[in-house]
Amino acid sequence: MNKTILGPQEAIQGVKDNMTLMFGGFGLCGIPENCIAALSKSGIKNLSCISNNAGVDQFGLGLLLQNKQIKKMTSSYVGENEEFERQMLSGELEVELIPQGSLAERCRAGGAGIPAFFTPAGFGTEVALGKEVREFNGKMHILESWLIADFAFVKAWKGDTDGNLIYKGTARNFNPLMAMAGKITVAEVEELVPAGSLDPNQIHTPGIFIQRIFQGTDYEKRIENRTIRTI
Amino acid sequence: MLDKNGIAKRIAQELKDGYYVNLGIGIPTLVANYIPKGINVVLQSENGLLGMGPFPLESEIDPDIINAGKQTITTVPGSAFFDSALSFAMIRGGHVHLTVLGAMEVSEKGDIANWKIPGKMVKGMGGAMDLVASAKNIIVAMQHVNKAGESKLLPACTLPLTGTQCVKKIVTELAVLDVTPQGFKLLERAPGISVDQIKNATKGKLIIEGEIPEMNLN
Repeated sequence: MNKTILGPQEAIQGVKDNMTLMFGGFGLCGIPENCIAALSKSGIKNLSCISNNAGVDQFGLGLLLQNKQIKKMTSSYVGENEEFERQMLSGELEVELIPQGSLAERCRAGGAGIPAFFTPAGFGTEVALGKEVREFNGKMHILESWLIADFAFVKAWKGDTDGNLIYKGTARNFNPLMAMAGKITVAEVEELVPAGSLDPNQIHTPGIFIQRIFQGTDYEKRIENRTIRTI
Repeated sequence: MLDKNGIAKRIAQELKDGYYVNLGIGIPTLVANYIPKGINVVLQSENGLLGMGPFPLESEIDPDIINAGKQTITTVPGSAFFDSALSFAMIRGGHVHLTVLGAMEVSEKGDIANWKIPGKMVKGMGGAMDLVASAKNIIVAMQHVNKAGESKLLPACTLPLTGTQCVKKIVTELAVLDVTPQGFKLLERAPGISVDQIKNATKGKLIIEGEIPEMNLN
């Protein structure tokens, strides 16, 4: 089942104003750079975006923020972005902050057909406001619901034309979970190979979750905190 | 009084052989530099790595391998990568033995606040809420007082909470304290620090029983 598309333009075909989009990545690591760039040039607006972080000024989802294309951001951590902070404090941008593990599990649940689950994370905090609370084994838990997106954009290291994906290092992060939770999931990969050339034992995301795949270009892979040792 | 590295060094004494440990951003990260000889621990980074190694040499930098603080890092032999749901399964499932993290405030009941200052700073909780809700043992590494000179060890937190009744131990530049059902129990003094200095810097209930020894950092 060949799911190959030409590139970023075709990748975002069908994305409309007011849609909910997911973006894989942790910080700038493992983000779908090509799809974000195409969206930033598209003029599509009022987007609800779900992503662990909101990029930095001038890169990642920061590009969409700068163009004021995002209406609502759902994330776990949003530091390192002045434009984000400005829009949030001025009320232009709606922000929902949720615990990182809950965010990951809510995406997984969305893709796995689990409408809600109980987690201890956030009990007794403002995250629990308005949520059902239940005790299990003497410990309090809150009910968190699944997340599903109109489009999910993910980035993998290698992929095949059937949509099977392999990630590299910590660039995996939220990508496999969001890949499951998109009504349409677009994968951009550093290397696209013919179906049959990847070892089935090594596949992280099976192709059933992917609707479109293309080989991206010009990956910048910006590093947020370049830290080195000298000896 | 201890500096940041001193706090990290003291916390490293809490590590036990075979521990899986999650170290938060800031002082907790420094704990990795003081793991005692003969103790093997595996560092978990919640963005998807078990077996975190030191920072890379210039020639080893890989933008696809970072820690939860988005710093470039390396892996140790026997390490594993995984997705964020699996990472928090390790955390929530109680498989991580020890979590060390920073805090803005800790209450005498073990409540912790470290993610938001209303109207001033909203960066988000990241993985902190999942970590404090689940880890078996939580040690807070922080300064005893804030920049305004006010105690961070309080009867009750004033800032939005990250988690409730979860902190087990606190290591500051002045002292080591256990969080007990009765309040903060003073265990050790930092070199050159008196019990009175610790009393003055602690607003929550402080329990002092007998002679309080000075920390041994050697």
